[in-house]
Amino acid sequence: MTQAPILEIHGLSKAFGPVKALSDVQFELKRGEIHALCGENGAGKSTLMNMIAGVLQPDQGDILIDGTRVSIPSPAAAQRLGIALVHQEIALCQDATVAENIYMAAINARRMPLMNFQKLYADAQKVMDLLAPIPVRTKVADLSISNQQLVEIAKALTLDCKVLMLDEPTAALTESEAQRLFSIVRGLQERGISVIYISHRMAEIFSLCDRVTVFRDGHYVATDPIKAVSPDDVVRKMVGREITQLYPDKLAPKEPGRLLLSVNGLSDGSRFTDVNLQLRAGEILGIGGLIGAGRSEIAQTICGLRPATAGTVALDGQGLRIRNYSDAVKAGLVYLSEDRKGSGVFLDMPIAANISALDLSKLTGTLGLLDRKAEDRQAAEMTKRLGVRMAGIGAAVSTLSGGNQQKVAIAKQLSVEPRVIIMDEPTRGIDVGAKVEIHQLLRQLAGKGVGIVVISSELPELIGLCDRVMVVREGRIAGELAADELGEEAIIMLASGVQNSSNQQKQAQNVA
Amino acid sequence: MHADIKAPSEARRINFARLASMREAGLIVIILALCIAMSFASPHFLTWGNFRAMLMSFSIEGIVVVGMTILLIVGGIDLSVGSVVCFSMVVSGALFLAGLDPWTASLIGIGVSALIGAAMGFFVTVVGLNHFITSLAAMVIVRGMCLVITKGTPLSLFTLPPAFKAIGQGSFNNIPYVIMIFVVVVAIFDFLLRRATAFRKVFYTGSNEKAAQFSGIKTRQVKFWVTVLCSTLAGLAGVIYMARFGAATPTFGAGMELNIIAAAVIGGASLNGGSGTIFGAILGMALLSVVTSSLILLDVSVYWQDMIKGCILLAAVSIDHFLHRKKS
Repeated sequence: MTQAPILEIHGLSKAFGPVKALSDVQFELKRGEIHALCGENGAGKSTLMNMIAGVLQPDQGDILIDGTRVSIPSPAAAQRLGIALVHQEIALCQDATVAENIYMAAINARRMPLMNFQKLYADAQKVMDLLAPIPVRTKVADLSISNQQLVEIAKALTLDCKVLMLDEPTAALTESEAQRLFSIVRGLQERGISVIYISHRMAEIFSLCDRVTVFRDGHYVATDPIKAVSPDDVVRKMVGREITQLYPDKLAPKEPGRLLLSVNGLSDGSRFTDVNLQLRAGEILGIGGLIGAGRSEIAQTICGLRPATAGTVALDGQGLRIRNYSDAVKAGLVYLSEDRKGSGVFLDMPIAANISALDLSKLTGTLGLLDRKAEDRQAAEMTKRLGVRMAGIGAAVSTLSGGNQQKVAIAKQLSVEPRVIIMDEPTRGIDVGAKVEIHQLLRQLAGKGVGIVVISSELPELIGLCDRVMVVREGRIAGELAADELGEEAIIMLASGVQNSSNQQKQAQNVA
Repeated sequence: MHADIKAPSEARRINFARLASMREAGLIVIILALCIAMSFASPHFLTWGNFRAMLMSFSIEGIVVVGMTILLIVGGIDLSVGSVVCFSMVVSGALFLAGLDPWTASLIGIGVSALIGAAMGFFVTVVGLNHFITSLAAMVIVRGMCLVITKGTPLSLFTLPPAFKAIGQGSFNNIPYVIMIFVVVVAIFDFLLRRATAFRKVFYTGSNEKAAQFSGIKTRQVKFWVTVLCSTLAGLAGVIYMARFGAATPTFGAGMELNIIAAAVIGGASLNGGSGTIFGAILGMALLSVVTSSLILLDVSVYWQDMIKGCILLAAVSIDHFLHRKKS
């Protein structure tokens, strides 16, 4: 019985409404192994993790722990079974000490009215020291992001777990911090803890893990010992799919427009360095890269939404002096935020007011009064052009679906007739119909000579929509792919730092 | 094309201000109902004398409510208005006693009130403190300044020229100037808030500050100037009070801020910013005033009055909470 895998998944399915997130997947975690789980965004990795951690309930299928079928109705039940999940996002109480955070679950369960801080600090320090010498009396807010990540892991360890799931733990870590995390994970392995490790970075997977399982579009693809495959194989298994969505026709390669936007040596002193970028009129340029690579920061800095420490931005050959975003808007350079609800739209305000927010001056008559008729006219025109489905332009944006909210946000950008539009994740979280419409709109705009930059984490979107793709890795331009070089593998390799097939094994070993 | 444009603008009329106008209509109904009930309960209620007294009692505070409402819409709050009203009064009064003519003294009083607003605006937008704490500190500091200037004793200003006193005490065709000033201030700012581009930015900033920044709106400037406006209007109210009372008391206006915030919130201003109307806030003020007047006429002990006003505030905020929760 000791040979039974600690965790087995058989025929697990989960649907969210009409969307099948997982269909009939299987997974096996051996005792004391580090098992990588790979797949694109939307492949179903997080759904599986959440079901194992008791956050979600499967529609069908079995979860076996130590060979016994179990049901995991809640996160607390998962803890009792010895399963711990470290989320990608840090969820700590920033104002509490490290020790209080580590033992939060235990403190919560205690019946004693008073805290024994002496014992709390001593116990917490013991756990923390296994990972790193972080003083447990420190407030979490005073720790670096990477140390906070380590506190999250320490918290998981106090639950006396047998299975530890790490969801992209290195997303926020620097290279050296990641290295420290790897040695910690290996230490856990030696203590007999089994680890499920989710990551997009091939080098990490190949230096750390024993086996790798690949999911694609909610289906199980394969499980292999890491020694039997190459990063190329894994990437191919992750991708291996046709692009089924319709994308508009691309720019004919023979007619590149004049140089429209040119960014030289742009740095912000923290998140990215020495970024160069050229955009031609009528072109859709894609920017790819992992989440947290610095793509949004670059775009926001170009538009004056964040301060730059070095570099120049020129539009139509003329150097721009952008001190703030309204300077950029005046020059014809607009930015669509990736966080639609947080910074894209005014949810409780009418559609018409949302669309006019970017440039009120052209709707302002004498005496500084707003011309409401002109505002309504503009809103009526823009919503018609973008096909916004709504009760009326007076309706609050919160009454619209995600796709239509996004169209309102785009209408706002278009209302100033921009020359360059930078769109950050323009189709994130919206339905396929609206997505296709937005893609067609972008191509139409490009046809009229507007320069468009699309930042996207969705590889099919980058490949299907863009004429050219630049990939950002850790705040630098990792490479650029022309139309005929575009492919999911090529982008993933640039984004995850695997240069080419011949030296990747060597690189993996170097990292180790 | 013409038909296309007409349809949506009709929809705007229905939807745009629906929540706000529902609230305003509701308040009017409640106020009217109270008035009718009171006219049966007390023969003194439905007289011009009583109405004039009620209007006088909230006219000057109403000017402060205007500024507070705009500040609430931008997502701020100002606890210092009571102190600033008093400060404007005390500074103008002291300057008059020092020999300045009362008009210049009043302008200086309003000016220093604006400076207090600018100082709070600085701490909010440049230093990065929040409005609540900043204005709490200002409330105490400015009150302290009033006590320092007057050495704790009221300034007697009976020597104010009659032309100046008339602002607070005189009337034209039996309509007090105070009420006229109040109506003019309310009309101007209600109109501007609905129509002026500059005030539209106040709504954007209060509704979603980040989205406003991402629309090129300089939200820090917006917040700064609204803070200054609120203090300036408090300063204006201060000099009118001086003209009305012919005195400047260093403890005047203590606790006024709560009444004013309550009125604005009952009138539909949200403490989360992004919504509110001047008209609604004035109705809120009117409701509180009618209630107070009713309680006095019904001979209810003063000790009950605050309690009842507090309950009205709680009820208004609860209704607001449920309306918003339903929406999301």
